[in-house]
Amino acid sequence: MNHVAHKDYAGAKLGMWLFLFTELLLFGGLFLLYSAYLSRYPHEFAAAGRDMHVGFGTLNTVILITSSLLAAMAVTAIQRNERRNVLFFLGGTLLCAITFLFNKYLEWSAEIGNGIYPGSPRLIKGPPGESVFYSLYYLTVGLHGLHVLIGGTLLAVVAVRVKRGTVHAGDFVLLENGALYWHLVDLVWIFIFPLYYLIL
Amino acid sequence: MTTDQLTTPSSFWNDTGKTGIASWIFSTDHKRIGLLYFYSTFGFFLVGVLLGLLLRLELIAPGRTIMGPETYNATFTVHGVVMIFLFIIPGMPGAFGNLIMPIQIGARDVAFPRLNLFSWWLYVIGAVIVLTSLFTGGGPPDTGWTFYVPFSARTGTNVSLAVLGVFTVGFSSILTGLNFVTTIHRLRAEGMTWGRLPLFVWSIYATAWVQILATPILGITLVLIMAERILGAGLFDPGRGGDPIMYQHLFWIYSHPAVYIMILPAMGVISDVIPVFARKPVFGYKMIAFSSIAIAAAGSLVWGHHMFTSGMSDTAILVFSFLTFIVAIPSAIKVFNWVSTLYKGSISLEAPMLFALSFILLFSIGGLTGLILGAAATNIHVHDTDFVVGHFHYVMFGGTGFAFFSAMHYWLPKFYGRKYAEKPAIVAWALMFTGFNILYFSMMVLGLKGMPRRYYDYLPEFAPLNLVATIGSWILAAGLIVMLVNLFRGLFWGEPVGSNPWGGATLEWSIPTPPPTENFEEEPVVTHGPYDYTKAGVP
Repeated sequence: MNHVAHKDYAGAKLGMWLFLFTELLLFGGLFLLYSAYLSRYPHEFAAAGRDMHVGFGTLNTVILITSSLLAAMAVTAIQRNERRNVLFFLGGTLLCAITFLFNKYLEWSAEIGNGIYPGSPRLIKGPPGESVFYSLYYLTVGLHGLHVLIGGTLLAVVAVRVKRGTVHAGDFVLLENGALYWHLVDLVWIFIFPLYYLIL
Repeated sequence: MTTDQLTTPSSFWNDTGKTGIASWIFSTDHKRIGLLYFYSTFGFFLVGVLLGLLLRLELIAPGRTIMGPETYNATFTVHGVVMIFLFIIPGMPGAFGNLIMPIQIGARDVAFPRLNLFSWWLYVIGAVIVLTSLFTGGGPPDTGWTFYVPFSARTGTNVSLAVLGVFTVGFSSILTGLNFVTTIHRLRAEGMTWGRLPLFVWSIYATAWVQILATPILGITLVLIMAERILGAGLFDPGRGGDPIMYQHLFWIYSHPAVYIMILPAMGVISDVIPVFARKPVFGYKMIAFSSIAIAAAGSLVWGHHMFTSGMSDTAILVFSFLTFIVAIPSAIKVFNWVSTLYKGSISLEAPMLFALSFILLFSIGGLTGLILGAAATNIHVHDTDFVVGHFHYVMFGGTGFAFFSAMHYWLPKFYGRKYAEKPAIVAWALMFTGFNILYFSMMVLGLKGMPRRYYDYLPEFAPLNLVATIGSWILAAGLIVMLVNLFRGLFWGEPVGSNPWGGATLEWSIPTPPPTENFEEEPVVTHGPYDYTKAGVP
């Protein structure tokens, strides 16, 4: 149909915020399970939490916060019409995303090498709370990793559009929404990191 | 389409760059997408009806009648999955929300037309995945539509694929919800204040919020079932430290609010139909609008009443029981306001009105039996019996189903430019109303006597009422056939109708029939309320 294309910035951003709420609720189900099982198995959770690789977790937290900063700087740069800087900052964000996933790969390899993965013989023999902890950990972090991948792809598409000039200082809502999505990915990690690596 | 009106170049049937099927399945016009949703969801409704008739036929007498116990388990599961996830949840918002809501607020389309088309495609893809699950792997799922663990984690049937399909349909529902909320916030015409929104729009607005806030929880729950089955995560496996009750909590956190996704738009239809056919402004506009939001909010806090016999703490049972009773207040506000609208009205008993009036009765029976289930003590007596099945069919079929039929008679002529014949429509309504009550009232009585739900076989003492219920299902089906033949014969070959056949004052009746592609020649300026018949120029 040949509808007259209308541009509604406030509408597009409202839609994105609503979508981000649904993403929070998606993770919310897993956080709910975490809190219920933590209150049931505090000792097993604490024991399992001490075995997590805090170094990897910390490094990844720093990487994600940096990437969020770079995404925000890209939004500021496009408002000033500095296309070269936009591409530079988006490239930085993507680099951070890739490094994050690479670290995750190393961390998971180490854990799987130790026989820790959902349904592994070691966890089946171990205390019940430990199996629940690691299953939740793999599912939550795995779902988050999937979001890193989606967010990275989204920002890569935006970067191509910026380069082609279809996203520019006069029409950058796609970049802004992409950055909002990226901040969500960052924000979810900011909750995952202390819950699984620090407070136990 | 070869009628005078339909060949008018401005009608949305003609005015398109593409031709053939592509002009439909790739259209971003909300009216075309609405009709796509209508036909796809209603098609699944008919599939669900067929499965339901088979279930009733199996239960006509004790012992095996037409199918074995495994087939019976699969049939009631697929009946539930198809009816809930493929018809009743996407049906009303997808079909009538899309067709009517943008026009009623004076907009040319929804806020994100391409996302709207994408939602329909996701729905179709999800439906295809669900259908595929029936014929591949271990065969159709046999868990019941609730997919309860531990059975769903262990059964050899194709549960993983079925829940993937439901997950996809859920994603479609989320996108529809956020599209509608944005549309209602951003695209209201000049003068269309919140106090002038038609009550159908209010109900779609409340529904859209429930779709946004509740569906993600279903999404993660279904992902967890797949994780249980594929990865062996053990999160709900007591042997590994998990707890099956956690699954029930997560499932009902979505699925109880989902009941309001099903019923709220239906209430909106009734609130729009009753004033038009009572020839009187709606009574208590503000309270009806507010009660939609109140139902959506309170309904999000009552999921525990599905789990009174699951081993929750007594405190939790009392709290959930109390909260459940609170939902009755806004629901009753609506019923009282509809009845007050009728008082001293000049009532005209045409088909949409008959369906709307029977909605009030059937929904009231369904709602009040809901209180019997919501009270902890009586719940334990009737839990998992046919009483529950009777209750929710009164709400879902007698409520939402009848409202859907009302909407079909009330609004579809607007889009086809032609109308059904009145007399057969009334005969169809009478058959369906009679058959419906014979079928589901018998089930409620059976439940009170102790007949469990989902059982393949039963004691001989339950035989007479089961026979009555099955006969009721045939009367209901006969009425449904009469209604469909009459309605679609009328829409394609019936008597042409003008732009405002019912004398409504909402905006959809102010534009030509069928509506032009852009809905409004120029952006409308709204100067009166949706039920203000004196100022709307209605004869």
